[in-house]
Amino acid sequence: MSVPPFTVARFPARARRRTLDGESRRPWTFWVLAGLFTAYVLALYGPMLCIYVLSLQDVRGGLVFPMKGFSLHWFVDLFTQVRTGDVKGGFERSIMLAIMVTVLTVVGSFLAGLAFRNRFKGDGIVFYLMIGSLVAPGLVLGIGVGLLFQYLGLQASWYTSALGAHLSWTLPFGVLVMFAVMSRFDRSWEEAARDLGATRWQIIRMVVIPILAPGIVAVALFGFTLSYDEFSRSLQTSGPLNTLPLEIWSMTLNVTSPSLYALGTVTTLASFLIIGACLGAIALIQKKRARGISSH
Amino acid sequence: MTVGKGDIELAGVYKRFGDTVAVDGVNLKVPDGAYCCFLGPSGCGKTTILRMIAGHEDPTGGEILIGGEDVVGLPPVERRTAMMFQSYALFPHLTVRDNVAFPLRVRGLDKKERYKTADEMLEKVRLTELANRLPGQLSGGQQQRVALARAAITEPRVLLLDEPLSALDEQLRIQMRTELRRMQRELGITFIHVTHTQLEAIALADIVVVMEKGKIKQSGPAREVYAQPRDKYVAEFLGGQNVISGKVQSVNGASLMVSAPDANAITVPLGGRRGINDGDGVDLAVRRDDLRLRRPGVTVPNGWNSVNTRIRAIEYQGAFVKVMLDGVGGAEFVAYVPERDYFTDPFEVGDMVVATWLAEQSLLLS
Repeated sequence: MSVPPFTVARFPARARRRTLDGESRRPWTFWVLAGLFTAYVLALYGPMLCIYVLSLQDVRGGLVFPMKGFSLHWFVDLFTQVRTGDVKGGFERSIMLAIMVTVLTVVGSFLAGLAFRNRFKGDGIVFYLMIGSLVAPGLVLGIGVGLLFQYLGLQASWYTSALGAHLSWTLPFGVLVMFAVMSRFDRSWEEAARDLGATRWQIIRMVVIPILAPGIVAVALFGFTLSYDEFSRSLQTSGPLNTLPLEIWSMTLNVTSPSLYALGTVTTLASFLIIGACLGAIALIQKKRARGISSH
Repeated sequence: MTVGKGDIELAGVYKRFGDTVAVDGVNLKVPDGAYCCFLGPSGCGKTTILRMIAGHEDPTGGEILIGGEDVVGLPPVERRTAMMFQSYALFPHLTVRDNVAFPLRVRGLDKKERYKTADEMLEKVRLTELANRLPGQLSGGQQQRVALARAAITEPRVLLLDEPLSALDEQLRIQMRTELRRMQRELGITFIHVTHTQLEAIALADIVVVMEKGKIKQSGPAREVYAQPRDKYVAEFLGGQNVISGKVQSVNGASLMVSAPDANAITVPLGGRRGINDGDGVDLAVRRDDLRLRRPGVTVPNGWNSVNTRIRAIEYQGAFVKVMLDGVGGAEFVAYVPERDYFTDPFEVGDMVVATWLAEQSLLLS
């Protein structure tokens, strides 16, 4: 081989550097898995991205590619045109409903988590009933709730029947998350607090809730997002006024302009804002706890 | 007799969990300001007794008196006891200072006041520099000091420690042992310490309480329990003793002649015991450090007991040499030979030896 001597001399050094940053160590499976992951991310976010991009067209815009112009026209249209439906009302109702569901889910899951640390009579039955409502088809469950309200002569509405239908879904979810969080809770913390003179309420307030805080925020996040975009359980239970997912669905049937896409963009932004706020809250809690190191 | 504020009296304390009896009628008095160790294997009921004194468990029967008043049914605060948990149970979300100040916080003291007291306490356990750390960032020994400070800040009259040293490594354990004793002297309060390690118990305690299956086997000063075990269980659990089981050959006034396999007739002082007849089975104990090993053929002087045996294993321990011998009737039989004595005429594994001891150093067990 015609390799000049100085290159040979430098070779060991280069080999060492390569090993250090790990490039030469990567097996072929790395590239296969990386490719698979890229495809997965594209499949996950590609369709959504199309909608966000298409919502930014100007007045000539249509429902398919290619893009026609670039503006915020359809966002303005969304909030001004009556024909696009009751977007504002649907959004408000969905947010209100999601907040109610979140509060009830957090409270219910937290209490269930506390209760299930001890064995009690019928605990198995309660647990399986809960899991049952988790696996029941949402549409069927929604129809059932709707029928029940009709039978009882009650008016179905988003804040009564839909609230119940949503809870049948978010509550078991929240409880399962709470179980996972609780499993790492050491009961001797409570005992120690009692030993040191804390009352029951002080134990909950000063020890149990602060230690479980990140888990409680996670339960809240679950409750909110599951309710906010719930469709099948709302369909037969929301009564005369639509929640946002129902409103979007009805729009897909009669609105043929990119304002539909604009709506998709706006609701996604709202979701991300809420998720961001929750994750921010968790990060803040953890940062607050880790501050011990920095202030030292 | 006046009753001290932190003296403890257990009277017929009994505790049942379902069908199992955890504590079976325990009677005990611990004077104010004593360091008392409950010693026993796991499941012997020692932790249950501790938790009953602390008020985390109610006895099924019997009375628990602290400072002369029955405390059964009272919450820990009203008993003025504090417990240090085995895992320390430090609150992971609070800094060291906030952990130590926690008992003051639940009593409604304002921040300034409770931090002042907490900082004084932290100084006592030498943790001032770590006041702003979280428990997760501390070593085991530091965590223990925080737990100790947190328990002691309310000035309890009794401090209850549940296996406080079991989570530490050997070296730290010995170091923290000294620290515990120092704290106890400084605070001047009653300490009840639960452990399954006999070395820990006899090193620390004014009173050692040996337990088995929910019952107290023996209680008394460390030296008494170690050197004069009442029965076979205590002798074997505390170690340091060889237990020989044999049959009574004859009773001659103040001593017994006992026969055991491989042993020449063993003379045991009766120690005031009565009602022992020829042919009864008895257990006797002899301290491991009282054994003198002699070569076969050497005449055993008068007044010495002897057992013919063989060396099974030898362990060098620094200050002494642990020589493990073939047991009498299969039991463990060990001699602690002072290091200098041993090396004037060292033995080899497999050597036949005669284990001898002064007859009056034999102890008759019940």
